[in-house]
Amino acid sequence: MSKVLSQKFYDEMKKLEPRYPNKVALLLPALHQAQEESGWLPPEVLEEIGAYIGIHPAQVREVASFYTMYNLKPVGKYHLKVCTNVACCLRGSDEIVEHLEKKWDIACGETTSDRKFTLMEEECLGACGTAPAMMVNDDYYENLDIPAIEKIIAGLA
Amino acid sequence: MHPALQAETLYIQHFRKKDEARPLSYYLEQMQGYTALGKALKMAPDAVIDEVKKSNLRGRGGAGFPTGMKWGFIPKQSPKPKYVVCNADESEPGTFKDRDIMRYTPHLLIEGMIIAGHAIGSKIGYIYIRGEYTREAKLLDQAIAEAYSKGYLGKNILGSGHDFDLTVHRGAGAYICGEETALLNSLEGKRGEPRVKPPFPAQAGAFSGPTVVNNVETLANVPFIVNRGGEWFSSLGKVERSGGTRLISVSGHVKKPGVYELPAGAVTIRELIYDICGGITDDKKLKAVIPGGSSAPVLTPDEIDVVYDIEPLMKIGTMMGSAALMVVSEDYCAVKLIKRITKFYAHESCGQCTPCREGCKWMEDILHRIEDGHGREQDLALLLDIADNINGKTLCALGDAAAGPVSSFVRKFKSEFEAHIRGKKCPNV
Repeated sequence: MSKVLSQKFYDEMKKLEPRYPNKVALLLPALHQAQEESGWLPPEVLEEIGAYIGIHPAQVREVASFYTMYNLKPVGKYHLKVCTNVACCLRGSDEIVEHLEKKWDIACGETTSDRKFTLMEEECLGACGTAPAMMVNDDYYENLDIPAIEKIIAGLA
Repeated sequence: MHPALQAETLYIQHFRKKDEARPLSYYLEQMQGYTALGKALKMAPDAVIDEVKKSNLRGRGGAGFPTGMKWGFIPKQSPKPKYVVCNADESEPGTFKDRDIMRYTPHLLIEGMIIAGHAIGSKIGYIYIRGEYTREAKLLDQAIAEAYSKGYLGKNILGSGHDFDLTVHRGAGAYICGEETALLNSLEGKRGEPRVKPPFPAQAGAFSGPTVVNNVETLANVPFIVNRGGEWFSSLGKVERSGGTRLISVSGHVKKPGVYELPAGAVTIRELIYDICGGITDDKKLKAVIPGGSSAPVLTPDEIDVVYDIEPLMKIGTMMGSAALMVVSEDYCAVKLIKRITKFYAHESCGQCTPCREGCKWMEDILHRIEDGHGREQDLALLLDIADNINGKTLCALGDAAAGPVSSFVRKFKSEFEAHIRGKKCPNV
């Protein structure tokens, strides 16, 4: 089987190995690192991570599928995760989600046909004092309203 | 200005300086950085634990368990390595205080963890941080690198012979990983499913070794306690058995949401909302308060003269949790709100225990149909019955966290539920 994960992935893992008493503990860091490289986690990546750690690919999948941040399907270039939990919904996050769904003619969980945007509803992001909040890929945006969202989207090339 | 705002604070003056407060140089010059570590390393481990016991420091993550007692449960001798694990999952909706500690004063947390390691005889620590806090994880990595470069971490710390290694471990989006045994499973590379207890983490925690799991704010308090003494820390609190200050996250319909620091038990909820946070947005009337994160049973406006601390809130049937106060004004629908909360628990249930897995989803479905105007009269009794069949019948507290809010909303906002059912629509629309 030819390798799909980069040398950088293996270098990063090598650095982390001495920090844990066993290799299985590297599973979450490995999934994060792999996803950072390819945007999502296709089956061949899960398989290669399993081979590296020494566990069955099904064990990798059962862990990866437990956590919402691991993308087991491809996502758009910009992955918008709008928090709609209590503090955000009290301050208008439902309107933001509705606005984006209409604007792009997609439902939450879907990707625009040009593969540019994926929209998701997110559980609490821990930014409740500056609600509503959302993440675009790894970055937080807070104190949102519809004009603010429009401005952010316009800046995403 | 409310007098509680003039009391001594440990954090907030540094948070206000934002990024300027973060570097090691600031910590050393302005916050007596790493002097507590030097002092603690010269103390016997038991003496450190005694000081923490005297301080009346109680866990800031939600359960409010006395920290010194928790450390005291760790066996002195262990064939397996012992671990210090920081719970930086900050997953309880409404909570955002630990984020400020990690962003602006990360060295307080690092120093607190090294001292905890000395106290329990552990050489290895992990900070389990929620996956979404990518920026904070990087900032912690940088601060840890600074601490290694100056010899506060690593081998033979400050020439004491004590070693301590610290690693940031990122979660990946699962509320349940804030539960300490789910967190440990997640750290070990497994699904974040809570474990059967006993054994408790103090006996068999991370990688089966004796483990202490503490919240970020809990550990960040430790350097203050070691430097200035347990009695001093205890005296900061205004109620018995609660030492120190509390970082309180206030969100929802208040004029000035944010993180506040007040002496433990210094204010009532009314004072917190009206005197400290500027009152309700647009001067509307108050409808409800969720006092301790979304897992806390709801309070109505006639209940807010209660002192905001662990015991007083417990006495009136709710909880302080992670000190996350969420405020709801008069025009927000109570049914819509509890449906949103229940949807969260249904989504986050790990699925191990049937009452929680099935019950949360069932409650969500019922609340959904009531909100949509398709509810039935008998649905309210059914909701209370399901909540009762979840409460106390699951491996971890997620079940209780889902059940308590539902039963409190149904009981306290009954007429609003009935108006939805009888009018066949939301009366607020």
